[in-house]
Amino acid sequence: MRISLKEDMMGSFGIKFERFWRVFYEYNGYVRVLEGLRNTVTIAVFGLIIGVLIGTAIAAVEVSPKKSIFSRVLNKICVFYVALFRGTPIVVQLLVTYYVVLPLIGINMSPVNVCILVFGFNSGAYVSEIMRGGILSVDPGQMEAGRAVGLSYGVTMIKVVVPQAVKNILPTIGNEFIALIKETSVVSFVGALDLYVAFNFIGTNNYEFMVPYLVMALIYIILVMFISLLIKTMERSLRRSDRSSRP
Amino acid sequence: MIEVVDLSLNFGDLKVLKDISFTIDKGEKIAIIGPSGSGKSTLLRCLNFMEEPSSGSIFFEGTDIADSAVNLDLHRRDMGMVFQQFNLFNNKTVIENIMMAPLHIDLHNLRKLKRQNVFFKIRNIFSKDKKPLNEISSDKTRLKMEIRDNAMELLRRIGLEDKRDVYPSTLSGGEKQRIAIIRALAMNPKVMLFDEPTSSLDPEMVGEVLDLIRVLADDGMTMVIVTHEMGFAKEVATRILFMDDGRIAEDSPPDQMFSNPQNPRTKEFLSKVKAL
Repeated sequence: MRISLKEDMMGSFGIKFERFWRVFYEYNGYVRVLEGLRNTVTIAVFGLIIGVLIGTAIAAVEVSPKKSIFSRVLNKICVFYVALFRGTPIVVQLLVTYYVVLPLIGINMSPVNVCILVFGFNSGAYVSEIMRGGILSVDPGQMEAGRAVGLSYGVTMIKVVVPQAVKNILPTIGNEFIALIKETSVVSFVGALDLYVAFNFIGTNNYEFMVPYLVMALIYIILVMFISLLIKTMERSLRRSDRSSRP
Repeated sequence: MIEVVDLSLNFGDLKVLKDISFTIDKGEKIAIIGPSGSGKSTLLRCLNFMEEPSSGSIFFEGTDIADSAVNLDLHRRDMGMVFQQFNLFNNKTVIENIMMAPLHIDLHNLRKLKRQNVFFKIRNIFSKDKKPLNEISSDKTRLKMEIRDNAMELLRRIGLEDKRDVYPSTLSGGEKQRIAIIRALAMNPKVMLFDEPTSSLDPEMVGEVLDLIRVLADDGMTMVIVTHEMGFAKEVATRILFMDDGRIAEDSPPDQMFSNPQNPRTKEFLSKVKAL
């Protein structure tokens, strides 16, 4: 029984692909796919940017000396933030933001923008941990040297410590970006159009899901491989600037 | 110039510095020697507050920098510091290392003046007594040029002007330390603090760094040097502090310190050093 089903599936693969191609190409399914791809990349890219900014800020607060009450309170807020965004699933965060928080404060936002925000906040919690490790990996003498020439803690942090930390953690940030790309497949929960929604649309057209989902997986793989390559190149050029002189 | 009064520092139960008091006058070259663990480096680091003392005061030109209301960064700009581990900024080229602090501070001040002027202009519209605007004598490019020229001049002084665009990781220890010294000099400090400047150098590079420090000393720079180079201390210093167990055990001019030490601990330490 199982064998015959398998043979049936493989035997009709050509027909299935033809059906998929008709919807994809002739009925303009590719327009949706392209839009989905664009949204996926947009959400991941801007999400990562927001995430890195928030993560760096949180990490800077967490590693700073906690002398004043203000900085202690700030630190507590950051700890709470990380616990909040790491302790709940991203889907729950999306749903709560879109259906509870935004209506409550009366802001109208497109689903894609909401996704960018939520993914940014979410990844900020994760990036903060990565960044904290990166900052702690920088020789404390760098901070001392900055302070000794009369620069403030913040200026030394931004100009000396964080750039070196970022170089150390670039591979990990790349992983975070790849994770974000893949996590965006849940944005359909709040009605944003991404790759999944686009291919699901093509599939529902003739109740034929095999080829669309296969192609979707391929696109994700190609996207991720491309990003890995990009990160490797960046890493290499950063390392080069560390070793040799500039013209 | 610097007056230390009853300075104590505890790390938990461990008393690292015990009620230290001494003064440093302008132009003095003070060497701090003593066995390891006696608190010499800690004392030096307290002078510009890299280490926060548990109690006591440090008066730098009349201001108590142990007072929490004092802006430490302003005072640190007048105190150059050189570290045992060089601590050049790894992500900056040599010239950027030297220019960074002066450039940042000057640009910051320029921006502050400009902001103030905008505020004054708005205020002048509404109020009767017109406040004169701040005179801004320089602009960004000129400031940058001046600071760059100054940095190049310093580099030329140590003969490393061809290294200006390389990153610190490509330099030898001696080159790093000499650049660290002129990085501190670029701020025109009133006093230089050296924290074992030659301790992590290869033996053949110690000479070039000591030569540079000697030149600075001859120029009349006030300096405090924590060092294990007894010969150098004897030659350059005008006063030597011998530290033992968190206290200054002996404070005397080099001749007396080396030829006729008073304290038994000093005698013991110096005899051991000479035996090497």
